[in-house]
Amino acid sequence: MRQRARPPAGLLLIVALLLAVPFVSDGFREQLIAKYLCFTFPAIGLVLVWGHGGILSLGQGLYFGMGSYFMAMFLKLEAAAQSNTGSALSQFYGSSLPDFMVWNSVEVLPWWWRPFHSLLFTIAAIVVIPPLFAFLLAYANFRKRVGGVYFSIITLALAAMASIVIIGQQGYTGGVNGITDFKTILGVDILSDRIKRVLYFITVATLVTSVLVVRLMLASRTGKILVAIRDREDRVRFSGYNPATFKSFAFAMSALLAAVGGALFALQEGLASPSLVGIVPSIEMVIYAAVGGRLSLVGAVYGTLVVFSAKTFFSENFPEVWLYLLGGAFILVVLFLPAGLAGLADKLVSLLRFPRASAPASMSVRTAPEDIDRPVELGSAPPA
Amino acid sequence: MSFDIAVMQAFNGLSLFTVLALMALGLAIVFGLMGVINMAHGELMAMGAYTTYLTALIFERCAPTLMAFYLPVAVVMAFAVTFAFGLTLERSFIRFLYNRPLDTMLATWGLSLILQQAFRSLFGPREVGVPSPPWLTGAWQPTSGISIPLSRLFIVGLTVVVGCALYRLLFGTRWGLRIRAVTQNRAMSGAVGIDTARVDAVTFAIGSGLAGVAGSAFTMLASTGPVTGQQYIVDTFIVVVFGGVESLLGTFLSAFTIAQMQSWLEFMLTGSMAKASILLCVIVVLYFRPAGLFAAKVRR
Amino acid sequence: MILSVEDVTVSFDGFTAVDGLDLAVEEDELRCVIGPNGAGKTTLLDMICGKTRPSRGSIKFKAHELTELIEYEVTRLGVGRKFQTPSTYEDLTVLENLEISYPKRRGVIGSLFFARDAALMDKIDEVAGRIYLCDHLGAKAGLLSHGQKQWLEIGMLLMQDPELLLLDEPVAGMSPRERERTAELLTGIAEGRSTIVIEHDMAFVRMIAHTVTVMHEGKVLAEGSMDEIQADPRVIDVYLGE
Repeated sequence: MRQRARPPAGLLLIVALLLAVPFVSDGFREQLIAKYLCFTFPAIGLVLVWGHGGILSLGQGLYFGMGSYFMAMFLKLEAAAQSNTGSALSQFYGSSLPDFMVWNSVEVLPWWWRPFHSLLFTIAAIVVIPPLFAFLLAYANFRKRVGGVYFSIITLALAAMASIVIIGQQGYTGGVNGITDFKTILGVDILSDRIKRVLYFITVATLVTSVLVVRLMLASRTGKILVAIRDREDRVRFSGYNPATFKSFAFAMSALLAAVGGALFALQEGLASPSLVGIVPSIEMVIYAAVGGRLSLVGAVYGTLVVFSAKTFFSENFPEVWLYLLGGAFILVVLFLPAGLAGLADKLVSLLRFPRASAPASMSVRTAPEDIDRPVELGSAPPA
Repeated sequence: MSFDIAVMQAFNGLSLFTVLALMALGLAIVFGLMGVINMAHGELMAMGAYTTYLTALIFERCAPTLMAFYLPVAVVMAFAVTFAFGLTLERSFIRFLYNRPLDTMLATWGLSLILQQAFRSLFGPREVGVPSPPWLTGAWQPTSGISIPLSRLFIVGLTVVVGCALYRLLFGTRWGLRIRAVTQNRAMSGAVGIDTARVDAVTFAIGSGLAGVAGSAFTMLASTGPVTGQQYIVDTFIVVVFGGVESLLGTFLSAFTIAQMQSWLEFMLTGSMAKASILLCVIVVLYFRPAGLFAAKVRR
Repeated sequence: MILSVEDVTVSFDGFTAVDGLDLAVEEDELRCVIGPNGAGKTTLLDMICGKTRPSRGSIKFKAHELTELIEYEVTRLGVGRKFQTPSTYEDLTVLENLEISYPKRRGVIGSLFFARDAALMDKIDEVAGRIYLCDHLGAKAGLLSHGQKQWLEIGMLLMQDPELLLLDEPVAGMSPRERERTAELLTGIAEGRSTIVIEHDMAFVRMIAHTVTVMHEGKVLAEGSMDEIQADPRVIDVYLGE
C-alpha cells in the first residue's frame, strides 16, 4: 500500500503497450482491446472499494449499465433525429422516435428520455447520477452498520432488479436487445476507423488518468483511513472518524468509474445491453480485479485484459471449457492467490532482487477474520 | 375479483412459497451457523431436480411398472445426492474459508459456474421435464371455479413434512442440540467436547440436502435447465436476509410473505415490475430493520 | 467536574451489568476503577465513549449529554479510549498510526487534501518520544511487541489530545520493567487531563491513582484514596471473600 515509494513501472509498461497497439496490430484486434479496456474501469473501482475498502460490490453492472445506457440514449436520439440515417421503420412512420420505440407502439418520447438530446446533460448524468445514487445507497446502509455480506447481497439484488426492469420495459429501454444502431456523435460518423482510433486513445487516456487519480486518493489520508476501516472499523470510530462517509465515498467513486467504463463501451461498441447489467456480468467484473490483484490498480488492468483474452479465445475455440476455467479462476484466486497476479509479480520481483528474502509485506492481503456483522470486538477479553 | 380467482392466486403463491421455503431454509441454516453464503445453492437445487429426472429415467427403463412410485424415491435420492455433495464440498474447500464470508461468496460463485457447465455437458442446454406420476395428475376441485393441481398439493405437503422433520431434528435430537449449541457459542461448544468440525460438515450437508429436496419439488412446477438454479438464488438470498438470519421460523414466514407478494403483484403488474417492486420493498425494509423483518432482537 | 455519571443502568440479555451507577470525575484527576471481574468496569467505559447505550441514566461530559451520541461524536468532543487488547492499525506504520489520530480534518474531503505540515510532524515527534517509540516510526504496527503496541495506542490517544482519557487495563500483559515505564508515561500524560484507568494490578494503581473507585456487581462499592480503600472492610470482604 505504500504506492508512492514504488516507481510506477507496471503503469508505464502497460501504457507503453497500450499505446503501441494501434501500430502493431490490425483493426480487429485493436477494437477488441478497446472493448476490454472499458471493463478495466469497474475493475479499478473494485480495487478501490473492495481491495482497500473491504466492501465487495457485486453490482458494478448497475453503474456500468447506467453509464452505457445514458450514452446510448444520447446517441440513439441523435441517430433517430437524422432523417437520412434513421432506420427505415422510423422513416416509414414519419417519427423521430428511436426505432425500438416505434415497433413497440410507443407514441411519445418519455419525459425522462428528453434531456438526453443534449450531450452536456448526458455527460453530466453519467458523472453525477451513478455516484450520487451509490453514495446515498451506501450511506443509508453503512450508517446503520449493515454488515459486509448483507450489503453485498443488496448490491447484487439491485443489479438483478435493474436488469429485470430493463428487459421488461422494452418499449422504453430496448428490452433484451438493448439500445444499438448508432450512427453519429455530434455529426461525426461513429463507425469510421478514424473515430474508432480516436476513441481508443481517449479510452487509454481516461484509463491512465483514472489510475493516477485513484492512486493519489489511496496515498492520501483518506486512503489510509479506508484501509484502517477495512481492517478495524470499530477502532477508527474511536479515532474520531465516521466510517460510513468514507466507505460511501469509496463506493461512490467505484460507481463513477464503472459508469465511465460503460459510457466508453457504448461509444466504442455501439451498444448498451442488459446482459452487462445483471448478476452474471457484475460478478464477472469482480474476477477481473481478483485475478489482477485486488490491491493493485495496474493489476486490475492486466487482470481484465488477461481474463477477457482468455474468454475470447476459449469461447471461440473451446466454448465448453470456458465456464470451467472461469469458475476455477474464482476458486483458485480466493484460495491460493488472494493478491492475484500482482501479488505473484511482487514475489517474483523480490525473489530476483533478494534471492533468499521472503516477499514484501506491502502486498499482503489480510485474510484476518472478518466477522459477518460483528466486527472485530475491541477489548475482546470478557467485560470486567 | 372473484373468490375463486383469489383462492387460485393465493395457491399460486403457495407453490412458489414451497420451493423458496425449502431453498431458504437450507441457506439459512448454513448462513446462520457458519456465516457462509453459498452462491452455488441454486445449483444444488438444480442437482436435486436433475437427480429426480434421472430417477424417473431409470424407473422408466428398468421398472416401468413401478413408475407410480418413482417420485418418493426421487425425493429421497435428491436429498441423498445433494447431502453427499454438500459434505464433500464442505470438507474439501468451504472449511478453509470460514471467517472470510466475502471470499466464500466468490469461491462458491465459481463453483456455481462450474456446476452449470457440468449440467450443460451432461444433460444438454435445453430444459428437461419429469413425467407426472399417475396419482398426481389431475386436480382437486372443491368448487367448480377452483382447480388446484394435485402435484402442487403434493409439494405443499412435502414442504410441511420436511419443515416438521427439520424442526424435530433441530429441537428433538442430540445432533440438533449440537448444531444449535455451535451456532450460539462455538468456543464453548468446542470446550465441552463437541466436534465442531463434524457439526459444520453435517450442517452444511443438511442445508445442501434441503436444496436438493427443493429441486425435487421444483420439478413438479416447471422444467429444469442448467441455469435454473441461478434464477432462484437471488430470491433465496432475499428471503433469508429478509427473514432474519437468527430464526428459522422467520425464514419460513419470510418465504411465505415474499411468495405471496410475488404472486399477487404479478397478477396486478407485469412480471418484471413485480419482481422489481419486491426487491425494492425488501431493501427498504432492511433499511429500517437491518436484522431482518422477523428477527427477534435488534441490537444497538 | 468534567464527567458526571448519574444513575446509569444497562442490562444484556437479562444480566444487569451496571446498576444505578453514580460517578463523578474532576478535572485533572486520575481516577482508578478497580473491582472483581464482572463488576461492570469495562461496560462503564463502553457507555461513556458511546459504544453502548444505557437503558437509564445520564452521562454528562462538560455540558454534553453523551448517551445520545455515537462513538465518533464522543471522540470528537474530547474523549479518548484505550482498549484492553492493544488495538492499533496493524498494516500502517507507527508514524501513520499517529498521523491518523491527529484530530484535524476528519471528514472525507478534508482527509483527501490533508498534507503533512510542520505542526503535525512536530507533534508526532513529541508524542513518539514520550511513548518510547521515536526509533520505530517506520515500523509496521503489527510487528511491534505487545508492550510497544500498548504504548503506541497511548500515543495515538495523545495525538488526539483528549480532555478525558479512558484506559482499560493499560499494563495487561506487560513485564515489570514495562509497567514501571508505563506508570511514568501515564502520570506524565494525565497532567492537564482527567483520566479513568481500569486496572487489576494494585501496585500499579498505587503508583498512579489520585482516587480509587471500587465497583462490585454494577454498583460503586467504595471510593477514596488507595489507603482508605485498602482499609475498607467492605472492599476486603469482596476481594477476599471470593
